[in-house]
Amino acid sequence: MMSELIELRRVFTHVEEIHHEFGPPAPQPLCRGAIAAVLRNPYAGSYHADILPMMDALNPLGVELAKTLCDAMGVKPERIQGYGKGAIVGAAGELEHGALWHVPGGYAMRELLGWKGERASYTQGGGGDKPTGQPGNALAIVASTKKVGPPGAALDVPMTHINASYVRSHFDAIEMRVPGAPHADELIVILAMSTGARVHARVGGLKAEDISQWNGLR
Amino acid sequence: MKAKIRKIIVQVDEIHQDGGKPVSPPTRRALAMAVIANPYAGRFSDNLDELIDIGEELGGLLGQRCVQALGMAPEQAQSYGKAAVVGEGGELEHAAALLHPKLGAPLRLAVSKGAALVPSAKKQGTLGTAIDVPLGHKDAAFVRSHFDAMEARVADAPRANEIVVAVVVTDSGRPHPRVGGLQVHEIAGQDGLR
Repeated sequence: MMSELIELRRVFTHVEEIHHEFGPPAPQPLCRGAIAAVLRNPYAGSYHADILPMMDALNPLGVELAKTLCDAMGVKPERIQGYGKGAIVGAAGELEHGALWHVPGGYAMRELLGWKGERASYTQGGGGDKPTGQPGNALAIVASTKKVGPPGAALDVPMTHINASYVRSHFDAIEMRVPGAPHADELIVILAMSTGARVHARVGGLKAEDISQWNGLR
Repeated sequence: MKAKIRKIIVQVDEIHQDGGKPVSPPTRRALAMAVIANPYAGRFSDNLDELIDIGEELGGLLGQRCVQALGMAPEQAQSYGKAAVVGEGGELEHAAALLHPKLGAPLRLAVSKGAALVPSAKKQGTLGTAIDVPLGHKDAAFVRSHFDAMEARVADAPRANEIVVAVVVTDSGRPHPRVGGLQVHEIAGQDGLR
């Protein structure tokens, strides 16, 4: 890693193929994955007013994790339809340290999925794509959650559609935990992705193929 | 396939640092799990052949998934282990039927050789029950640096009529082994023990 703030201790990847949940088997199994990096928390043990340097320092790690996860899932970025992120802070840290992941974690996945980071590409992405709901350059906010927890703590990482937060079929969550981590002085950052809707999604609402506003919401 | 699979889960745990000391190259352990329907749930059957055959299928499938997840040749595998968690509609013997008669041979093909017994664990459990899959060196059970375990757990399984079957394959021992015993370079590899 580039920055001395980033000390990578462990990388844990989790990939699941869901064939069914007691209903009709999916023609193509749903693939969901999450990746967790266990890091030393440089701010553990005492209050630090300025923690922003860590936020920038996390950017390269985020991009690397996003790519590694996509590879582990064995799919091209174009197939990713849902995403989410999260953090688990060890006991000597503070919830705010987990919040450092909001920007680099979101940036990482949007970067991988083709978001250009400016208004023109929003318009272009929406206007240029067929209304299939995919791809649209990852327009939606990346759903997230975080907690302070002991080693082995589980985090239910929320997931939503990459282009429109209101797509109901893609509201989901993936449980992630790293046995034995985080230690008190550690911080776990997590990214999650999926290739589609819940395996038997059938509660209505906005469908991915009906995304029309291309504003990240609908 | 005889196995009715609901989910397959693959996890990789890469340890880059332990006890403040870097691990280079990182140790890597892969865990592959299948969540399957238990054909004998809710009834007592003297004959467990169906699970025995499913065990054979899963030994190959899960072993290959582990090796694939580690992106290595089968010869690079170093240790292995297996385990099963039986949902409450089943019995402990169902795990035994899956794990012991036929699972080992195709697993050994997936990791090449495998003279040693495949360490195993089994239990009855419910959704999210964790089981520690015991690990040992695949060619010599006495290699002390490779005694280890990897925790296996599926958040939404096993349902009452399901079984979670787990296989672990590694490319390494513990991160910083230093408690002596038989070393990897001393393996004879004939009797599965030393």
